[in-house]
Amino acid sequence: MIGDFIFDLAMRNIRINFLRSLLAAIGIVIGVIAITAVGIMGANMTLSVTETLSANSDTIKVSPYSGGGGGMMGPPQGGSSSSDDEYITSTQLRTIRQIATPNTVIPVYSESDTIYIGGDEGRASIYGLAKSDISSFLSVTSGVIDLQSTNGALVGATLAERYGLKIGSRIKIGDEDGDSGTKTVKVSGILEERGMTFDINTDNAIIVTDRWFTTVYGGEGEYDEVIIKVKDINDIEALKTAIDDQLNRKDDEVTISDASRMLDSITSSLQTIISMMQGIGAISLLVASVSIFNVMMMSVTERIREIGILRSIGTRRKVVLKMFLYEASIIGVVGAIIGGVMSFILGYIVVLSMVGTTAYFFTIDSLIYVPYGMFIGVIICVISGLYPAWRASTIDPIKALTAE
Amino acid sequence: MPIIQIHNVTKIYPLPVGDVVALNGISLDIEEGEFVAIMGQSGSGKSTLLNQIGSLDIPTGGDLFIAGRNIREMNDDELTDMRLNTIGYIFQRFNLIPLLNLYENVEYPLVLKYGKRDTTGRPTELLRMVGLDGSIIEHKPAEVSGGQQQRAAIARALVNDPKILLCDEPTGNLDSKTGEQIMDILTDLNRQGRTVILVTHDPQTAEYAHRTIVLRDGRLAE
Ligand SMILES: Nc1ncnc2c1ncn2[C@@H]1O[C@H](COP(=O)(O)OP(=O)(O)OP(=O)(O)O)[C@@H](O)[C@H]1O
Ligand SMILES: [Mg+2]
Repeated sequence: MIGDFIFDLAMRNIRINFLRSLLAAIGIVIGVIAITAVGIMGANMTLSVTETLSANSDTIKVSPYSGGGGGMMGPPQGGSSSSDDEYITSTQLRTIRQIATPNTVIPVYSESDTIYIGGDEGRASIYGLAKSDISSFLSVTSGVIDLQSTNGALVGATLAERYGLKIGSRIKIGDEDGDSGTKTVKVSGILEERGMTFDINTDNAIIVTDRWFTTVYGGEGEYDEVIIKVKDINDIEALKTAIDDQLNRKDDEVTISDASRMLDSITSSLQTIISMMQGIGAISLLVASVSIFNVMMMSVTERIREIGILRSIGTRRKVVLKMFLYEASIIGVVGAIIGGVMSFILGYIVVLSMVGTTAYFFTIDSLIYVPYGMFIGVIICVISGLYPAWRASTIDPIKALTAE
Repeated sequence: MPIIQIHNVTKIYPLPVGDVVALNGISLDIEEGEFVAIMGQSGSGKSTLLNQIGSLDIPTGGDLFIAGRNIREMNDDELTDMRLNTIGYIFQRFNLIPLLNLYENVEYPLVLKYGKRDTTGRPTELLRMVGLDGSIIEHKPAEVSGGQQQRAAIARALVNDPKILLCDEPTGNLDSKTGEQIMDILTDLNRQGRTVILVTHDPQTAEYAHRTIVLRDGRLAE
């Protein structure tokens, strides 16, 4: 094939102008890495977030309505009700139970408070739960899940690790200098690490019985939120609608949410960040394409006599065009291959350090960005080479022969 | 029918300072198998005329028939194919492709014509005929002498067996002894039946030809 011969010529020219061509290829390498590594990182983040949150897809959370408007448009009762005053009443809870049965309904008391362990002071979330509810969705890695004594408590994995808590450790809760003084709980179990969750975040929390909680903080029957664990996730929408119809009939009393909304908003904001970063990657490809264009124009100018010779002994325009497009493609392919390999390696490192897990790295959704980035790199090169190649092919052979 | 028919051909280069009339109404027939020398002062239009005959350029006016076809009615690809198949061009500056070695330079028009690498041994044969043999043919043009380059250029011009050989001062860049050797090769080729048209400044070189045409200011002098 004449193509092979012409390809060979393009190849030889690149070899002769190795440094120049290499510099142009480096531009493409960087561009490919930029869009590929960002794509891989984004895919891994999204996959990991999706996986975590879909573990919570069986959860509905009902919390007191905190007012969407704000500003001048206060609630009708007019008072400056702080969020502490808002709670789910036991009447509302009863309604929820009626609607949600036979699914598990878990009313939650929560508070954030100062804690003292040995000499250390810190803060933690305190959750008050019914004994039977605790074992329905939480589990322990050591100790027992049942809180036998009134002042027994379960602690989250992160909290336990940070303060070196063991079974039997004592935690003082409440402000030492405050009026109500402190109360002491005894660790009877350490909870399994749960990571990002939709219901309650237990990793940095202390779980106590509802009785202990209301004794210390008061407010019996005034729940901070109600969690529903749904047996069949297809029921979620119907349940949400039913609760909304019942509780928000007159005014907005409660906010009902599930993990899917949260998932949507997290993935969509992730997507925005990723797109922006890819946009920056695209700019680097644009810069690369300018440098390819430049190299190709230089190549055409330098080889103008050679073009004249080729044309004068019977080389058609199309063949000359092809020769320069080959040259651009070779630079593109070399750049794309190096870029592809490097973005694979860099992508792995970035995912490991930023996402924390490479569990999703070797999936199609993640690695598809490698061929995708490489393809774009090659295409950019070919497009950048189009005009120089066209110029080369339309040069008047006599002018080209007499050049210099 | 003459292989080259030139009827009242003009070539005008429009320049900002005014038109340059490089050829001004030239009429000339060249028969197949002739050996014609074109002479004239620098700037008289010799190269311009040769470029028109070589279908490298298109006349501004008049008619130019090469092997029965009117140059002015051909498109770029047809002109290109004419250069590939019917015309062999030998230049003063040799004009070998610097990236290819001598053998590949000679082989190249064959690849263009047949779309594949040569298997007939014709390039080697032609190179031997012009006196290039052995490892020298694997050298790049920049690595050999001017005479060797011109020999390779002649082999290249011959490889597609063209009817017409056009030579624009082929010995202009060579010493006189090498020049004579090149002229002997061209004379031989003419004896084998090829039409040879040779542009030269040198009256001695012109003596190899059957007929000499002299140009003056773009016109035929005699
Ligand atoms: N591309 C061009 N543009 C403008 N004028 C040109 C061009 N090519 C040639 N000419 C002019 O046409 C005339 C003839 O040029 P040509 O090259 O044919 O001369 P020549 O007889 O071959 O001269 P030499 O012996 O120096 O090679 C000259 O006046 C030259 O300046
Ligand atoms: Mg000339």
